[in-house]
Amino acid sequence: MAKKEYAFYPGCSSQLKASASNYLTSVGSMCKTLDVKLTEIPDWNCCGASVGYCEGGELPRLAINARNFALAETHLPGQDIVATCAACWLGARETKDRLDASSQLMKETNEALAAAGLHYKAEVNIRHMVEVLIEDFGYEQLKKPVVKPLEGVKFAGYVGCQTNRPFGIDGESFENPMYLDKMVETVGGEALTKYDQKVTCCGGALAFSEPEKSQKQIRDIVESAYDHGAEMIVTPCPLCQANVEVYQSEINKKQGTKFAMPVLYYSQLLTVAWGGSAKDAGLDGQLIRATKLEEIAAKSAK
Amino acid sequence: MTTQANAVREMDDPNAAALARYRNNFLREVEERVEEGEWVKMCMQCGVCAGSCPFGAHWEHSPQKLFMMIRAGQRDAVLRSDAMFMCTSCYNCVVRCPRQLPITHIIHGLASYAHRLGIAPKGQPTREFATLFWNNFARKGRVNELKLTLAHYFKDGIVAGIKTGLAMKAVGLGLLKAKRLNPVEIVGGHALKDLKGFHAIIAKAREIEDRKQGISGK
Repeated sequence: MAKKEYAFYPGCSSQLKASASNYLTSVGSMCKTLDVKLTEIPDWNCCGASVGYCEGGELPRLAINARNFALAETHLPGQDIVATCAACWLGARETKDRLDASSQLMKETNEALAAAGLHYKAEVNIRHMVEVLIEDFGYEQLKKPVVKPLEGVKFAGYVGCQTNRPFGIDGESFENPMYLDKMVETVGGEALTKYDQKVTCCGGALAFSEPEKSQKQIRDIVESAYDHGAEMIVTPCPLCQANVEVYQSEINKKQGTKFAMPVLYYSQLLTVAWGGSAKDAGLDGQLIRATKLEEIAAKSAK
Repeated sequence: MTTQANAVREMDDPNAAALARYRNNFLREVEERVEEGEWVKMCMQCGVCAGSCPFGAHWEHSPQKLFMMIRAGQRDAVLRSDAMFMCTSCYNCVVRCPRQLPITHIIHGLASYAHRLGIAPKGQPTREFATLFWNNFARKGRVNELKLTLAHYFKDGIVAGIKTGLAMKAVGLGLLKAKRLNPVEIVGGHALKDLKGFHAIIAKAREIEDRKQGISGK
């Protein structure tokens, strides 16, 4: 398999010892198996996230995203920018679309970039890691390295918002995207295709500022997973992962529930199924341990 | 007030200046100054956005209502509403809108414009958190999760902060143990090499946007 190379935009939460560092660990292992080379965009900055809108406004948000593009164009020419975080991907794609559509905003953005000696040529392509897996490899390719199928494990595929809307994965529906379920099945797990909170919002950044309102969302997401017989939730989004995992104990405390549902990344599933250790998959980074997955990782390969 | 006094007042107060400039034409103000505001007039009042919002139970004005209020010139009621701050950026409204209007962005744009004019609701928790968030990452170019969390917990003073901190202690320790929270971030944290350039880009972009929105860059 030919080596594929991408300009990597990990984002703030995927940094060392940040809230999604286990995501990064598993993505690293996954890419090793796929012979994918990710080169970090040198000196990349925060995308501003969605909640940056209030203080950031429009142009400052576009300009900081364009800074990353300009750096990628200069240092990693010709490589697609790949983000693992839903918000990073969304912020970057929105910026690209907005600038492609408006010569005025493009001019103003480059005026701002010039203050740091940078220039954006509008040559970049922005993609999510899930797109790389599905479009550049495909489910059949992803099946090949499976040595420890996740047999008998039931997963609720929680896609959430920002890897799904407004852009989503090509060919998928907004109301019932299937790619996560397909990935689960590709690595031998059981996907609960009737899980009805698949695209429900977890509250996003408002989990901080409006905890009660967000925890109602999170309760629905976890409860429905239990109702459908899930043993674990799997998601492509770091904020979904953190919110849905971290606040279960809060909801238990306040509402008397007994939630202890592990919340994994797709990349952790692939890593384990492809023979990686629990450590390779970042399973030591779970607050709610995914015991069944750890056991599969500890088994010898078939 | 004399014309001269009015002029001074408008220079200090961007809201007064906007009122003077647009008078009763709030729709035009939104079209010219609010992110994606030029799409507001395309709303056909079907209400799908209102029914699609995950926080729909919590706002007074749905996007549908806000768009009609803009056309009706209810400037104060729109810009002082806390409804826009209930947006979780889930984009449900955008993908379901039969006219494919960028509703999420218009809502963000309205909130940001009201915030910049200084008339958005005071003490609105998401307005405060959003400001904390931007200022947090703008300092070093990347989010400092520990400082962001602490600043949020302590926004209402030491006592409230300690209370929230203690209530969330188990979560914090869990993250620490899972190596998903770095105690060292309190003194340093991840930072850009070209921080100066990053700051210069934001300053320049802000300057241009303030000029476009009639807000003097103080």
